[in-house]
Amino acid sequence: MSKRPYYLAGGAAMLVVLIVLQLPERTANQLKLTLGGLFLPLFGLAGSGEGLVQETAQALTTRGQLLRQVTELRELNQRLQLQVTQLQEAWRENTRLKQALGWQQNAGWRLKPARVLGQDPANWWRTLHISLGARDGVRTDAPVLTADGLVGRVTDVGFTRSHVVMVGDPGCRFSALVQETRDKGIITPDASTLDHLLVGFTFVPIGAGLRPGQWVLTSGDGGVFPKGIPVGQVVDIQTNEFGLYLEARVRLSVNLNRLEEVWVLFP
Amino acid sequence: MGAVSMSRINTLGLLGLAFLAVFAESYLRGMRNLLGVQIDLLPSLVAYAALTGGLPTVVLLALLGGMWFDSLSANPLGISALSLLVTGMIIHYYRGLILRDRFYPQFLIGLGASAAVPVLTLLGILGTWTEPLLGWWSIWQWIVLALVGAVFTPACFGLSQWFNRVFNYVPAQEASFRADREIDRGRDPHADH
Repeated sequence: MSKRPYYLAGGAAMLVVLIVLQLPERTANQLKLTLGGLFLPLFGLAGSGEGLVQETAQALTTRGQLLRQVTELRELNQRLQLQVTQLQEAWRENTRLKQALGWQQNAGWRLKPARVLGQDPANWWRTLHISLGARDGVRTDAPVLTADGLVGRVTDVGFTRSHVVMVGDPGCRFSALVQETRDKGIITPDASTLDHLLVGFTFVPIGAGLRPGQWVLTSGDGGVFPKGIPVGQVVDIQTNEFGLYLEARVRLSVNLNRLEEVWVLFP
Repeated sequence: MGAVSMSRINTLGLLGLAFLAVFAESYLRGMRNLLGVQIDLLPSLVAYAALTGGLPTVVLLALLGGMWFDSLSANPLGISALSLLVTGMIIHYYRGLILRDRFYPQFLIGLGASAAVPVLTLLGILGTWTEPLLGWWSIWQWIVLALVGAVFTPACFGLSQWFNRVFNYVPAQEASFRADREIDRGRDPHADH
């Protein structure tokens, strides 16, 4: 067989790929979102299927179980209402003190729920797609979280969906602090383990009183994530090889492998 | 399939399968939660196409499959298409030397393709000065990817045989008996009496 068709077809295909690879970042991202949009009907169909299964499962729940759940939820609701009352009082006190000192007021969080459409099919990234886009007012770098803690930030925004880079991905490094001691460090990916819920917490000052079990929160530095979102708990600590700073491993408070719904935080 | 040449419907079926495979890799998390690895079926499909189909099928599958994959990933757009294309074209070039109708070569070609594609993709990503998440556990992921791809490639052949039986036109084989060639033994009706 002649080798000519190989060279022609191979050359033409390589040329197409190289042109695509050389596209400006913005154009490439828009093209990615457009191509990814082809999968939206399938994601929608799969989501509807899951919903149907859940509804069927709920329909099969007995009356006794439902009544038990209602009782438990009522108790939980009362406890949460008490906590809200306490927190509202603390908030009012905080506001009065800030006014007295002339400090800037913290704006309350504005959140919108989003459904997780899918995760990154490649093994070397930790990203996901959510069902909110520019149509819903999502912007690049918007923080994404759940009730348990931080998930990540929005990187690319399409019309009806967005791409989110999760905590632990090389593209999501940020400043965090230890809740008890207020020592700051940087959250980085941890490539040493197969456990996707462990991340690194580095550049913590040598004298910091780091202990396993302490909570790590976003510090608010950098301007992307607001202060105080839970990231996870310290698992173990070691001094870096030159003895310049401490390095810890943090177990994320959010199980990133089982996300179904998230909240996007709006400024 | 092997001996049967690839028709347009086969190419379309293969593209449809690649589309569904990319969707499943993004949507389903079972393997990721169980083994810590998300499997990738595109290298197996490209290996199958390279062993049985024409060059346009290989190129089309590599380009579209790679682009679809990258559109749902943080990979630079086109990087997976490049690695799938290189792998597919090499297999297609040497397929005359491969006993492609046998299980063992199919398994080995699937293993090689599924091992080569992630390595080529990662080399491409590192070439763009982007830092992917790599560690010692990446070797485990690589082994699982290669093994799953190796098993899936012969499965593609079986699936394709079933697909051909169901959807492709197979001409009815002519029977050896033909009425106009029947030898009529006995008394000759045209003989002079």
